[in-house]
Amino acid sequence: MTMTTTHPAPAGHLKLVEHGRGRPPLDPHLKALENEAIHIFREVAAEFERPVMLYSIGKDSSVLLHLARKAFHPGKIPFPLLHVDTGWKFREMIAFRDSVADRLGLDLIVHSNPRGKAEGVTPFSHGSSRYTDIMKTEALKQALDAGKFDAAFGGARRDEEASRAKERIYSFRTPEHSWDPRNQRPELWSIYNGMIRPGESVRAFPLSNWTEVDIWRYIEAEEIDLVPLYYAAPRKVVDRDGMLILAEDERLELLPGEEITTEMVRFRTLGCFPLTGAIRSQATTLSEVIDELEIATVSERQGRAIDRDQAGSMEKKKREGYF
Amino acid sequence: MAAQLSPAIEQQTIVPVAEASTVTRDSRPLRFITCGSVDDGKSTLIGRLLWDTKAVKEDQAAALNRDSGKQNDLGLPDFALLLDGLQAEREQGITIDVAYRYFATDRRSFIVADTPGHVQYTRNMATGASTADLAVLLVDARTGLLEQTRRHATIAALMGIRQFVLAVNKIDLTDYDEAGFHAIARQFRELALTLGVRNVVAIPVSALRGENIVYPATGSMPWYEGQTLVDALEKATQRAGQSTGFRMGVQRVSRPGEGFRGYQGTVTGGSIKPGDSVVVLPSGVEANVRQIVTFDLIRNAAVAGDAITLVLDRPVDIARGDMIAAIDQRPLTGTAFSARLVALSPDGIEAGKRYWLKAGSRRQRVQVSPVTALDLASGAWSPATRLPLNTIGTVHLDFEETAIFDAYDTNRQTGAFILIDPETNNTVAGGMIEGKRGRPGSLGHDGDQDRVTITLPAHLAEAFRESDFARAHRAEIKVSGPEEVEGE
Repeated sequence: MTMTTTHPAPAGHLKLVEHGRGRPPLDPHLKALENEAIHIFREVAAEFERPVMLYSIGKDSSVLLHLARKAFHPGKIPFPLLHVDTGWKFREMIAFRDSVADRLGLDLIVHSNPRGKAEGVTPFSHGSSRYTDIMKTEALKQALDAGKFDAAFGGARRDEEASRAKERIYSFRTPEHSWDPRNQRPELWSIYNGMIRPGESVRAFPLSNWTEVDIWRYIEAEEIDLVPLYYAAPRKVVDRDGMLILAEDERLELLPGEEITTEMVRFRTLGCFPLTGAIRSQATTLSEVIDELEIATVSERQGRAIDRDQAGSMEKKKREGYF
Repeated sequence: MAAQLSPAIEQQTIVPVAEASTVTRDSRPLRFITCGSVDDGKSTLIGRLLWDTKAVKEDQAAALNRDSGKQNDLGLPDFALLLDGLQAEREQGITIDVAYRYFATDRRSFIVADTPGHVQYTRNMATGASTADLAVLLVDARTGLLEQTRRHATIAALMGIRQFVLAVNKIDLTDYDEAGFHAIARQFRELALTLGVRNVVAIPVSALRGENIVYPATGSMPWYEGQTLVDALEKATQRAGQSTGFRMGVQRVSRPGEGFRGYQGTVTGGSIKPGDSVVVLPSGVEANVRQIVTFDLIRNAAVAGDAITLVLDRPVDIARGDMIAAIDQRPLTGTAFSARLVALSPDGIEAGKRYWLKAGSRRQRVQVSPVTALDLASGAWSPATRLPLNTIGTVHLDFEETAIFDAYDTNRQTGAFILIDPETNNTVAGGMIEGKRGRPGSLGHDGDQDRVTITLPAHLAEAFRESDFARAHRAEIKVSGPEEVEGE
């Protein structure tokens, strides 16, 4: 497929030059998305007293982090990052998180719900739904309360899931962190209402209007580092209820009859390894991943067990405070 | 059923899987809104767009079938379920809130604001329309224009949309009646003209059968040689809406260390380059641009839409909420403005009540006095002292401190604002600046230079100003009545 140039670039007579950038300028589509995200970052940072950025180590978080650096350049990111660690993330994610924080000099908060260890909450013992409630949603609320954060940036996108399509860019939360989808503040133009009472907070979503393909194309254009799990490699997996679970970790206990095989796989999203299925893929490079994506016939959340627990399950989780 | 399959659908099944490629699109996403009621087949239309552009994936379709067990008679998923994402919407079978959808063709990417059609959700439609470049209005080919078509078109036009696509849906149920289609199209063009919208494309479609949505329906409608819906969307222009000079509202001041002081914001009008002279408002201090800083190093220019950091050539006292503007094309400043308003809150807008007004990054106290309200069914404006929920009206705004705006017709960013109720913190209205109000006998402002002045006796001036024609041509004509002379 080739491009036909039918729409003039908006720049008009002005020639835009970005000095010193060893890459071609972003195409207008990605540039518009980038501009919007930077605007949101700056607006939240200016309006709220204690913002924090949720950092989940995945591709969307990596883009979010890159945009935050751009928004506040030449200054540093004026708020901390928060990682809610369930204790069941892929090992490569944790290693990547620590190296990024170190390299960029980030103020990174890592929080785990102490109930996890104390009560032995695991995805296997409690089921994915209950486990997610405790180790993600409850842990997130603990960390937000502890930091008295009044605004939390997240990397959620409206194209991910049906209930997210109706999410605002500034998403209002009660002091109990709950979301009332039927009573959201109207959001017109790019004017955001950041007025809240003490205890209330806002979740802010700079990537709201990005699609999965946009994320990947931006990662390519901006040469953003990712956890290697996004690229295909021979990996040990077990097939469990149709999901290919990574079996390179002693935290995984095999069920009777399960067999470890080595397959060429990669991950479209990254979460807790027992709940995140791999896909068979030959895409070992970024451009191959994008090619694969553009012909994909299933959505990226297909591998996520927690979305499938029950009808409307994402909306329910979000009402209760999940990101 | 197979015998009834239209050529368009057969064509769809033989389209090869999209060939992978690194598509570089050469324009920003086109944002559009869809208006119409459930009965017009709006959800089916959007579902069809997403389906035929392959924005819906197999597992999402499977989830739909699992949730509903329903399929339509073409064996396709129930698109309405795909779109109505909230539990309450599924339960009630209606669209309550604005939903945003994303799809792309090889040429362009699109953001659709899918808004509910019922009159009680006017506010949601206004929300979706606020950022849209184009409106797709849906009518049923069997019934033609309805009162709600007029309502939707009026809201879209008032919110600044200047391109309409009329999708005459269910054309298959009229036996592809050409004369009927042309009659509806003609009627709609007349309606659009009264609203000041000249750019109208009318398309006969069957969303259910996928005819003239993505694929042309030459087989069933040989008489129609025009564009498909996607053709029309690909060729639409982004609403410029920015005929002002350079504008940048200051979001924050960046002082990372000694010696650097930059003003961070998004360009909302015109362009800027180092050396340009700017004025800082409301202080009126003038300065020159020294540098445009971005993460990708120093730039030699920035245009509307760019998020930048501006460095000036002299120390100036600038705070968040200030406006940096072209020195020779300044925005309107003052304490009294007139505006159009959409009331978004169940409490409505009360006369004389004080609100917070936020425009860009500037937030200030304002007193709001309703003047007229629009009857959406008839298009008539009548005097009003309050604006109930979902009402569009005109208001007077009175500020304690200097406010900075452009007329919405010349700049959709710097001419727009929201009202926030200080008691509830809710967003209770969206507003669009019409112009400045001034005292009688003073001079007109610069913006009037391009306008033709029509002088009328007071009672005629008032009636003429409230006409659709005068509203549609606000940017071109100035109606002069005794109390309407603008100035400082």
